[in-house]
This record gives sequence, structure tokens and C-alpha cells, in this order.
Amino acid sequence: MMSEMFEYAPAPESRSAVRIEDSYGLFVDGEFVSAKRTFPTIDPATEEVLAEVAEAGAEEVDLAVAAARTAFERVWGPMSGRERAKYLYRIARIIQERSRELAVLESIDNGKPIRETRDFDLPQAAAHFFYHAGWADKLEYAGYGTTPIGVAGQIIPWNFPLLMLAWKIAPALACGNTVVLKPAETTPLTALAFADICRQAELPPGVVNIVTGGPQTGRLLVEHPGVDKIAFTGSTEVGRAIARAVVGTGKRLGLELGGKGANIVFDDAPLDQAVEGIVDSIFFNQGQVCCAGSRLLVQESVAEELLARLKERTATLRLGDPLDKNTDVGAINSAAQLARISELTASGEAEGAERWSPECALPERGFWFAPTILTGVALSHRVAREEIFGPVLSVLTFRTPAEAVEKANNTPYGLSAGVWTEKGSRILSMAQKLRAGVVWANTFNRFDPASPFGGYKESGFGREGGRQGLEAYLAQ
Amino acid sequence: MPSKSKKPGSAGRPEPRGAAAAGGAARLRVRKTYKLFIGGAFPRSESGRSYVVNDSRGEFLANASWASRKDVRDAVVAARRAFGGWSGKTPYNRGQILYRIAEMLEGRGRQFVEELRDGGLSREAAEAEVDAAVDRWVWYAGWADKIAQVAGAVNPVAGPFLNVSTPEPTGVVGMLAPRESPLLGLVSVLAPAIVTGNTAVVVADSPLVAVTFAEVLATSDLPAGVVNILTGPREELAPWLAGHMDVNAVDLAGASEELANACETAAAGNLKRVLRPAATDWSADPGTERMTALLETKTVWHPIGV
Amino acid sequence: MADALSVTSVNELRGILHGLPGVDQVGVEARAARLGTRSVKNESKARAVDLAISMVDLTSLEGADTPGKVRALCAKAVHTAPGAPTVGAVCVYPDLVKVAVDALRGSGVGVASVATAFPAGRAPLAVKLEDTRQAVADGASEIDMVIDRGAFLTGDYAKVYDEITAVKEACGAAHLKVILETGELATYDNVRRASWLAMLAGADFIKTSTGKIQPAATAPVVLLMLQAVRDFRERHGRTVGVKPAGGIRTTKDAIRMLVLVNEVAGPDWLDPRLFRIGASSLLNDLLMQREKFATGVYSGPDYFTLD
Repeated sequence: MMSEMFEYAPAPESRSAVRIEDSYGLFVDGEFVSAKRTFPTIDPATEEVLAEVAEAGAEEVDLAVAAARTAFERVWGPMSGRERAKYLYRIARIIQERSRELAVLESIDNGKPIRETRDFDLPQAAAHFFYHAGWADKLEYAGYGTTPIGVAGQIIPWNFPLLMLAWKIAPALACGNTVVLKPAETTPLTALAFADICRQAELPPGVVNIVTGGPQTGRLLVEHPGVDKIAFTGSTEVGRAIARAVVGTGKRLGLELGGKGANIVFDDAPLDQAVEGIVDSIFFNQGQVCCAGSRLLVQESVAEELLARLKERTATLRLGDPLDKNTDVGAINSAAQLARISELTASGEAEGAERWSPECALPERGFWFAPTILTGVALSHRVAREEIFGPVLSVLTFRTPAEAVEKANNTPYGLSAGVWTEKGSRILSMAQKLRAGVVWANTFNRFDPASPFGGYKESGFGREGGRQGLEAYLAQ
Repeated sequence: MPSKSKKPGSAGRPEPRGAAAAGGAARLRVRKTYKLFIGGAFPRSESGRSYVVNDSRGEFLANASWASRKDVRDAVVAARRAFGGWSGKTPYNRGQILYRIAEMLEGRGRQFVEELRDGGLSREAAEAEVDAAVDRWVWYAGWADKIAQVAGAVNPVAGPFLNVSTPEPTGVVGMLAPRESPLLGLVSVLAPAIVTGNTAVVVADSPLVAVTFAEVLATSDLPAGVVNILTGPREELAPWLAGHMDVNAVDLAGASEELANACETAAAGNLKRVLRPAATDWSADPGTERMTALLETKTVWHPIGV
Repeated sequence: MADALSVTSVNELRGILHGLPGVDQVGVEARAARLGTRSVKNESKARAVDLAISMVDLTSLEGADTPGKVRALCAKAVHTAPGAPTVGAVCVYPDLVKVAVDALRGSGVGVASVATAFPAGRAPLAVKLEDTRQAVADGASEIDMVIDRGAFLTGDYAKVYDEITAVKEACGAAHLKVILETGELATYDNVRRASWLAMLAGADFIKTSTGKIQPAATAPVVLLMLQAVRDFRERHGRTVGVKPAGGIRTTKDAIRMLVLVNEVAGPDWLDPRLFRIGASSLLNDLLMQREKFATGVYSGPDYFTLD
């Protein structure tokens, strides 16, 4: 993809920045404890086993919830907001201090490029703790009361493991709750490193408990009677099951689920930045982003020019070793995810879309999928309706602003949308009409702890981040 | 809420209910047909069914429409159709219309007092309920152009972006009106839903009060379909409403625990926002929670540059 | 090289320039910053350093310049370091062109002269044209002209266009580099418009800055100009070069420029005929890096000539 004259030599970040243990226990009540069963976590770029990780069963989940309950009642709940704040600031600082180690670890366990873990995941994770630390002693000004809910059971996905942990744990702790967090089965390592950060911060035992495991562990946590609040980020399917599981229990619920974001480009858009925005919207994190702009809606009058530029730009993306600082597109997180991406993309082709990828050699081992653009997609195609969660862009066209809105909103999801146009009034009109929790105008995939994030419709309910995000962890 | 001070026969009524008084001098009263309120019209149930509504002494008052699942469907269609226009009105305009509802309700106060008394309330209690209901509309009317200022924000993000969060209505809300407070309860769930731009399909508890209230709505410049009122057994209608894939939220205020659980399970089908039933003093200051529960926060980013 | 594209009216020119897609400041700065994180190592870096040396327009544009100073500069341009390429050209004021031409005769290194009342450009057109003709007559193979920023900012695009075409004509066979002085153009939209204006009027190169105004060759500005030459070739079939000048002092700066060239305009522009870097102190830093590759240890300024 690059000129031979100026081929970048490999520039790998050193693995020695992190020491991965052979095996990891659960983090319960401030201690690492073993479980009866374990499961391996692998490096998706090489398929090498990185470590054996404990799988929490009923007994271990019980212990974790009990530890969280005790910590809530005896220590964390009664503690003043001012003191809680200082713990969170400490954690934020330690994340910054250990950011290189954590970035490398995240890239190894998840497969995402080091450029992203280093420049996005880690700074954002630290920022979330800083932001929420400041709320801990100011809750009376937020408008949701100051009473914590109790023990929060939190289940996070594998696409931004440490960042999603921060999104969950920082507000919960700031509001005075204690947590039992289950990281995703394929990406447990940074959560376990976070457990060590809690120890370094001298966080009281039981305030944060990490239970690793698969769907069964998640189910145990959701159904545990000692849990007062469930916060889940993941697929809409699982979200639905959780919503049913909490019926009649009185548990509070927050869901951040799937999306099929429309990224709308008008013919007067700043085209080069739109191209960058499209690349960011679908190839960032290998497209494994719930708010990805996976449907590109481009005005017909500019479609040809835009697509030519987009393909040219996509061809410059560098796919490969996640630890290489020049890598733009890393590995897909798991074999299962790769299979899903492959199957859906093939269905797009079968249904009549035209498939394009730049010439790009995929490594032999590991899970890889080349950046892919499907053109000629219709709303009726599966690739325009189902979340692919991979580096696959479905391109549709429109003629008028009204048609763009109609197509953008024609989905059960409502998480994100993008608008590209130089016309101010059109931006505001589109932003008003799009039924999505976040609208990026002339930009895409921007995040900030002060900015509430969450979906409309089947993309879930509740917000994370900002003042609004506190509501999820306060009893009103 | 049965009243202790109920006297036989509703005082103040122009004539006794039922047949004309003997003697022929008295005029036969023209009764009202209590129908459903869907899309701004008053249709009978498409099923043709009705059920008898008696007063608190067991005497016949009216045959109310017994809505069917198809009426639920039609009401949701009407509510969805009304959503774009209603949510797109200026908040100032919505506030004026809500205030107009208060005006219309005030003017019909006597009628509601009578209907509430038929349901067993004392005169004082009935008058208090009507007064509170009027005041509640006035209170919510004022929120129309203020809630976004309270619930929204410009967020100080770490970068060259304008980042604005605004609350937007969730969409079509299915509601089970509270059982214990026929008018004030109904008003207290409806007003916070529609003031922000949602549209509603409500299964009423006290059919006569609810249908008379629909007449208030029909004369208040409220666009057709913004509120749709169904009467009939909630156990039959609620699951259809909760399961409907074009309903965005359900307020289960008037559901029993069992019904609430069934509805919440059905609501998970499309991840509706669910307001679970809770012990509520409908006469108390409602706060903003019922409004914010039916709002979505939309956050818009735009770069700042030259 | 093709000359100016015929633009029939002032309105047409305005229509073309204002019809260009807008530039989002935050977006272009973010893209440039991200390209700045590219890590160029080992043999790639060694190749990049030599390429950068060959692209340097070794420049001295001081009021205190003398024939002696220019001769020293020329010597350095030719004898960069053992085994290292010569620089692209030497860039001097018009009155010193003759000195430079004499000093560089037979070396293959060209002489570029600033002209048109550099750096402000505030002189009558006749003076600017005479300035140009004299420099060419004295042997300059490249002319670096400045545009009339005042005219550009008042929207008198026709005046800027006409001046460029006139200077181009005065250049004869010499290559014309058009300096936009982006630091005075205030917005990225203007950078894009000025780039197109210069190319439409027949520029062989578009150049960021005089070096006398800050900011000069920032990464986003260079990125935009690289997009402009890429798009101009696609639309009109003519390839125009780019020359950032001002503020590029270190090897790291230079390599960032090459990354921009590679990933924005494309590898075709990784060629001294199409990409130059206007600089004075940069050359020594490139040579020190080169030495580091050769010896494995970091070098110091004492081992490189000051000229």
C-alpha cells in the first residue's frame, strides 16, 4: 500500500513494558483469589495464549457481591464525597503513570493498534476518573440527589476494555456505590491490571471487585439478588435478555447497546475532512465500535468523487502488528467476531452490494479483516440493518435532506449519527431530526467524559458521562 | 379512594340520573355516549364491545367502550403520526396549549366534580382533585420552555468543539393511568409526558372521567393523536401496548405488580423505557422526574474553527 | 510545463475558488497531528534523510548577505558530507544570483532567486517584472515570487492571477515557485484558494512562506497544499510541486514533511523535482543524523560547518 521508496520500517512498541502473568485470579475484597475453573485469553494478532484466567462461578460471584455489600455499608457508602474524590484522583494519576504499560497490555489482549490505545483509550480512561472524581463531593449540585444505589453489577465489552471499565467504575464510585465488574471474556487483562491499580491506590477492599468469566458469569451477576443495579454495555440481544432478567427484582438498569450509525455527507461538505471522518467512523478500532458510522449516506451529486477519495485514503491505511506504532488497523478481537464479520460481509455481496478492499496482505496467524467498503447497498440489505461490528462500511446514497433523514432514522437503533456540510442551518436542522443519542457534525467518533453518551430506541437507555451520567448511579 | 362523607344522590345535579321524574314536567336528560379518544376523534371500539360502568352505589351510569388490541394498534398509529408535529412545535407553543388545557378543564370543573363524586369522592375531595388537576396543567405548561434549560447543557469538553446536550422526547409513550386518582392521577402522568413533545396512548382507569377529560383535550388546540385514551380492562390491553414495537416507553403507574412484571417483560422486546409503578402521592409536588424519565439526551458535537 | 489555464472572467475565477470544498480547521489539524505520530525508523529513516537533503533549497535571505556568504553557502550546498547528495538548489536574493551561479557552475545544483519585491511584494508590477527578468538574465533557474496578499484578501483574485501570469512569462524557461505567505492568509480556506489560484495561473511550485512571517510551514498548511496539487493534477493533468519554507529546522520536522507527502499527495511527489524544503539550519541537522547512522553515536555541531 506504501511506496517502496518510503516504506516505513517496523516500529514496534516494546512488549517489555508489561509483564503478563501465567495465570490470574479474581479480584475479590482486595485480594486475588482463585476459582475452580479457568479459561485462556489469547493475543488475537498471533493466537498465542497470554494467560489462564479464573472463571467466576456462583460461589465466587457470591463472595464478590458480599464483599461489595460490606464495603458499601461499612466504608464506601458512609465515606464523605471529599474522601471518595481523593481515591478517584489517585486512581486517575496511577493510570497516567502506568499508561504505557496499560496501552501495550490492551493492544496485546485486544488486538487494537498501539497508536489508539496510547493516544485514545488510556488518556480517555484517566480523564474519566479525573472528571468523576470531581463530582464525588459535588453531587448535591447535580440534581439527582446524593444517595447511592448500593452494589452495582457491571458488565463491559471487549472493544475498549479499560476505557469501558472507566466509564462504568468512575461514576459508580463517585456516587458512592461499590461494584462487581465483569470484563469481557476475551479481554480480561487490563481489568486485572486495574485491580492492581486499586491496590496501589489503597482503595478499601471490596469497593471494586473484578470477576472474570464468560456469559455464565455475567448471568450469575445479573441474577444475583445482592446486586442493586445492573449496567451493561454490549449487544442489543444480550441487553434484551438482561432487561427481561431484572423484571420484578427492582434492580435499576442501564444499557448501552448496539448501533447502525448513519454518517451523512452532503455535496457541500469539507470533503477531505469528511473522508477522514468516514475513515475514523468505520475503521477506528477495526470498526468494533457501537457508535461506528457503519452506514455512509452520501448525496448522489458528490458520491462518485467522495468514494474515489475514500478508496484512495483507505488504501493508505496500514494493517498489521497492533504494537507497531504505524499500524492503523489492528486485529479483530476474536475468531467468533471475525466469523460474524465475514458472514455478514459475504451476505452483503450476495444481496447485490459491490465489495471493495484495498490490496493488503493479511498476516497468516491471528484474526484479520481488511478494511472493506460495500457500495450499492440498499436499506433492505442485511448489511444496512444489522450491526457488523467490524471494518465494513455500507454505502447508500440520497438525493435530498429529507431522504437522508428518513434513511438515517429507518433503523431500530439510535446511538450515533454524523452530518457533513458547510451549511450551518442544515447542520442544526439535521441534528434536530436525527433520532440518535450523539450527533457528530463535521467530525466523528469524538468522546469526552463531560459529554453524555447513550442511545435512543434499541441502542439502550441511560447516559454515561456528563452530569446526566450520574443519574444512573444515584437513587434520586 | 372511597369517600366517607358520601351522601345518597349527587347534590347539585340538575336532575336525577336515570329516567325522568314522574309527573312529566321534568325533562328527560340527554345522556352522553362514552367512547374512545383516538387520533382526535371519538370512535367506538372497533370490536363493538362495551361494558357497564356503575357509580359507587352500584347504579348504572353508562356503557363504556371496551377497547380491543386493534384499538391499541390504531391509537399507537395515531400517536406516532402526531409525534413529529407535536415534538416539532416550539416549546412556547406547547406551553400555550397545555395552559389552554388548564383553561378548558377549569371551565368544566363542575362536570368533573360530579363524575368524581359518582366514583365515590366527597364533594370537598372531588373539588380539591379538580383544582389540583387544573393547577397541575398550569405548572407543567410553564415547564415546556424551561426543561431543556434545566436538563440540557453545553458541556466543557477537552478539545476545540462545541458540545451541546439537549433533552428530546422519547417518542410514543404507553401509559396505564393510576388507579387511585381518576383525574389528578391521569393528568399527572399525561402532562409530564406530552409537555416535552411525547405523544401518549393511555389506558384509563375511570372511564367516564377519562372520556370527559378527552373532551377537554379535544377543545384545547391539542393536535389530534397527541393523547389517545382507551377504556377497558387494563389486563387485556396493557400487554399489547407494552409489547408494541412502535411504542418507545411505558408508564406502568396503574399496573398491579403482576401486570407490571408482564408488561416490563413485554417491553424488553424493543427496549422500551419503563416507569415502574411506585407508591405515589399524586397531590404532592411532582418534581421533574416524570418529565426526565421520558426524555432522551441528545449530544451534538461541532468543531470550533475558522 | 503548461502555462496558465484560461480563465475568462473575474467572476469565473471567483466561482472556481469559492466552489472549492471548505476546509474544517479542527479536522485538518487533527489529521496533520495524527500523521505527525508516524514513526520512521532505521533504514527507512536513513533513506528519508538523504532524500530530504536532496530536497533542501539551501537558503540565505538576509539583509546582511554578501558575496562571501553566498559563496560559502554554495560550497556547503555541493559538499554536504562525504557520500551525501547535494541539495536541491541554493536560494538567494536577486542581486546575488550571479555570485551563486558562478560558485555552482558545473555542480548540478540550481540557483533559485526570490523576486517580485520579496518578501512584502509591495512594489509596482513593472518593478516586480524587472526584478524577475534580471534574476533570470543573471542565471537563476528558479524564481520564488510572492503573491499580493493584500489583493488576495480584498478578493481581487484577478489581480493576483494576472501578476502571476505576467511573472511566469518573465521567467521564460526558469521554474516559477509562487509563495502564498500562508501566515498572512489567516484561514485554511484561503490557503486552499490561493493554492488553486497560483496553479491556475501557471505556477510550477506552490510555496508556503517567505520565512519572514510566522506561522510559516505548519503541517496542516502543507497538508492542504499537498491535497491541492493532488487534486489539481487529477482535474487538469498538470503536476505542480510544493515547497514548505520557514520553521523546518530538524530532521524530525523534515521527516514529518515527507510523511505528509507520502500519505497525502502520494509517492510521486517524493522527488526533488516536485518537493523542496526551504531551510538554512535544517541541512546540518540532517547531516548530523546521517552521521549517527554511519557511526552509531550521536554527533555534535563542532563536526559540521556552520555555513
